[in-house]
Amino acid sequence: MKKILSLKMEGITKAFPGVIANRGICLSIHSGEILGLLGENGAGKTTLMNILYGLYRPDEGTILINGEPVVLNSPRDSIRMGIGMVHQHFMLIQNHTVAENITLGYKDAPFFFPLREVEKKLKGFSELYGLEVSARKAVWQLSAGEQQRVEIIKALFRGAHLLILDEPTSVLTPPETADLFEILKRMAKEGHSIIFISHKLEEILTLCNRVVVLRKGEVVGEADTREVDKVALARMMVGRDIVFDLTRKKLTPGDPVLEVDNLTVRGDRGEVAVRELSFSVCRREILGVAGISGNGQRELVEAITGLRPADSGTVRVAGRDVTNSSARLISDYGVSHVPEERIKFGVVPNIMVYENCILKRHHRPPFFRGLFLDYDAVKEHSSRILKSFKVAAPSTSVPVKNLSGGNIQKLILGRELAGEPCLLVAAHPTYGLDVGATEYIRTQLLEHRERGISVLLISEDLEEIFQLSDRIAVMFKGEFMGVIPAGEVNMEDIGLMMAGSKRLEARGK
Amino acid sequence: MKLFIKVERRDSTSIPLTIAVILLSLLIGFCLIAGLLAIQGIDPLFALGKIFAGSFGRIYGIGETITKGIPLILIGGGLALAFRAKFWNIGAEGQLLSGAILSTWIALNWAPHLPAVIVIPLMFLAGFLGGAVWGFFPALFKVRFGVNEVISTLMMNYIIAEFLNMLILGPWRGESRMGFPYTDSFPPSATLYQLPNSRVHLFTLILALCFAFLLFLLIYRTKFGYEVRVIGENRDAARYAGIDFFRNTIILMVISGGMAGMAGVGEVAGIHHHLTYPQMISSGYGYTGIIVAWLAKLNPLLAIISGLFLAGILVGGDAVQISLGLPAATVHVFNGILLFSLIMGDYFLLNRLLITIRRDRAEGRTGGV
Repeated sequence: MKKILSLKMEGITKAFPGVIANRGICLSIHSGEILGLLGENGAGKTTLMNILYGLYRPDEGTILINGEPVVLNSPRDSIRMGIGMVHQHFMLIQNHTVAENITLGYKDAPFFFPLREVEKKLKGFSELYGLEVSARKAVWQLSAGEQQRVEIIKALFRGAHLLILDEPTSVLTPPETADLFEILKRMAKEGHSIIFISHKLEEILTLCNRVVVLRKGEVVGEADTREVDKVALARMMVGRDIVFDLTRKKLTPGDPVLEVDNLTVRGDRGEVAVRELSFSVCRREILGVAGISGNGQRELVEAITGLRPADSGTVRVAGRDVTNSSARLISDYGVSHVPEERIKFGVVPNIMVYENCILKRHHRPPFFRGLFLDYDAVKEHSSRILKSFKVAAPSTSVPVKNLSGGNIQKLILGRELAGEPCLLVAAHPTYGLDVGATEYIRTQLLEHRERGISVLLISEDLEEIFQLSDRIAVMFKGEFMGVIPAGEVNMEDIGLMMAGSKRLEARGK
Repeated sequence: MKLFIKVERRDSTSIPLTIAVILLSLLIGFCLIAGLLAIQGIDPLFALGKIFAGSFGRIYGIGETITKGIPLILIGGGLALAFRAKFWNIGAEGQLLSGAILSTWIALNWAPHLPAVIVIPLMFLAGFLGGAVWGFFPALFKVRFGVNEVISTLMMNYIIAEFLNMLILGPWRGESRMGFPYTDSFPPSATLYQLPNSRVHLFTLILALCFAFLLFLLIYRTKFGYEVRVIGENRDAARYAGIDFFRNTIILMVISGGMAGMAGVGEVAGIHHHLTYPQMISSGYGYTGIIVAWLAKLNPLLAIISGLFLAGILVGGDAVQISLGLPAATVHVFNGILLFSLIMGDYFLLNRLLITIRRDRAEGRTGGV
């Protein structure tokens, strides 16, 4: 197999019914280079890379490897040409060991004792690139970062010289991301080419040599990363200026709306996930809960919103005890919830936009009267949400699955805020969203805070926590390592608290 | 020259496309049936002609088609509701029998002393109840213990069929029947009026049409229907939205079972006027109803059309059986083939095929299908 010294995509166009995903895209990369592919969701990054990986065929355009035109009809062709891809969602068999997963689809494995050969080769890669991973562990025992390494090794085993990584950092913790970048830089030094898809500007600037920016299916800019900054990239990507520092008005918080007292909640496996937690959130206040996922945030949110029973302790909303009430009752009391995994929990993808706009409120007037649902009222309500929350949808009568992630999240937020709640529980509200949608959602949260609602914000994104919160709590192993006014704490302390190695209390009161 | 075929998901489906795909699937199904007939040495066009002439060609045939369409419309509508929630109710056959048994009890014990105006509604109520009970248990097992409803509904078909056998061979065997496994004939107040020169029991037909419309409203216009659809499309979102899975599942299976139960009443009160072997009461209506619901795209109003269509095939099948000497199971084979091609058709509604013809290595032409 020849090495890929250079790869060129010329005039790539790909249309789907109703939308042109790529229009005349030109892109080139040479060996040893890390190329960033930047763009909002729906800009056409993934389509372009799926074309390169042979999953889609372009309507027009050619792909040249080392100057020769090639036809990529399937991933098999691409793998043969030395192109490897690490998908956003891992394609690993959970119950098999690392070595077994790699052996699967590895053509050169010997018939007898293939694992021995694989383990030997694995060790070679580990030393060369710092890709440390234990060959005999089952995949389910590995962290997200380790699983990603297995995916990279898999691609290398298949002889990949050019590696495509689709939003690789979205599942990683900050230290894991740093490790990944170290590995990728070493691979580039050894002559591999890497295409790194992301919509996170800092990552592109730290990792890549060059960046290509896509917007609405077209290349809108290309730059050396040493010559551009965040603001310029964001402008290219969104097509307008982005405000990175949101203005947060100083407000005096009102009476407590959510009061949690000595709350203990168990997780799915019966372990204590939230341990004797007490806190409150007031009117006109955003309480940000930082922390690495899996420290009880999810169980806390579910216990407050009625989706999971509490073991002990109480939850009060606006003075009313709602501990272990049903989700419907709690929602009727004015608690809104923007759930994590928005597609899985927040919407019903196959039914219409207007039907999704009344989820949770469909049992109450004005939508439900007497015997029947009033679909005129429903449609009117949904067009109002689409308009006031700038949801881009062709009409209210299309299935929600046709909308992009950012628009789905705007729809959910609009739906949850339309009921004029007293409390909004927002779990990872901008996770995986592009810069434009993220900015919009954060602005909306601040705006509604001014209007008087209280927000419990759960986020892993520290930038978001600092931008929005009045007070910051750090969750670790089901407990708060401290609840501190936002002005009195710095990133470093939060980092230490997230790791569980520091406890802070608010100074005075 | 090489041919490449690639499958992509469709973003949306239009109504003309849906109709076209359904018609095309049916056509392919009939082609397969024709092939099967040809293997048997029978002229397929002649045989298929016979099927449709038998069921839609003559007045008697049309009457028979409507007669068999009645239970299919009732069952198809009920199954459409259950399938909307992705509750795979395979037990309509048993729910039908359960309804037939309970209404027979009314007919045998109360009918002799009461007028038809009271007995008939009572029988349908009892039939609904019987079917509802037989639908209730699998629903309960599912929400309470997580028992797979395909297994439980199917198994309950056998339980009720054997129970019915026990009744007609034992305690309920008619004294006037000289040992035949029938119950006594129903008194006149427990039988339904039939249209002249046919076995069409008008009351059940009207009932079936009304219920098709009511179920349509229920699914598309009510809070309950909305919740059922949300549960079916995304159970996690339903939970998040505070929709009661337990309660809704129970209610929908009570309705779904009740619909089949009423179909059972129509059969005993409208046609047989006594209770007898399960396979005499229902010629697999509970299973054919699955195809009816599916063909109607889970829309109870469309189930009227698809119910009559499949009834036509059943009747035509009887005609072929008599005139061509084919085995009785032939019709079920036909139905199976039709369902199979319809489900295949569904796949092409959700996905599109891209066929590429490539002449040399770098150029290609793409056409969508």
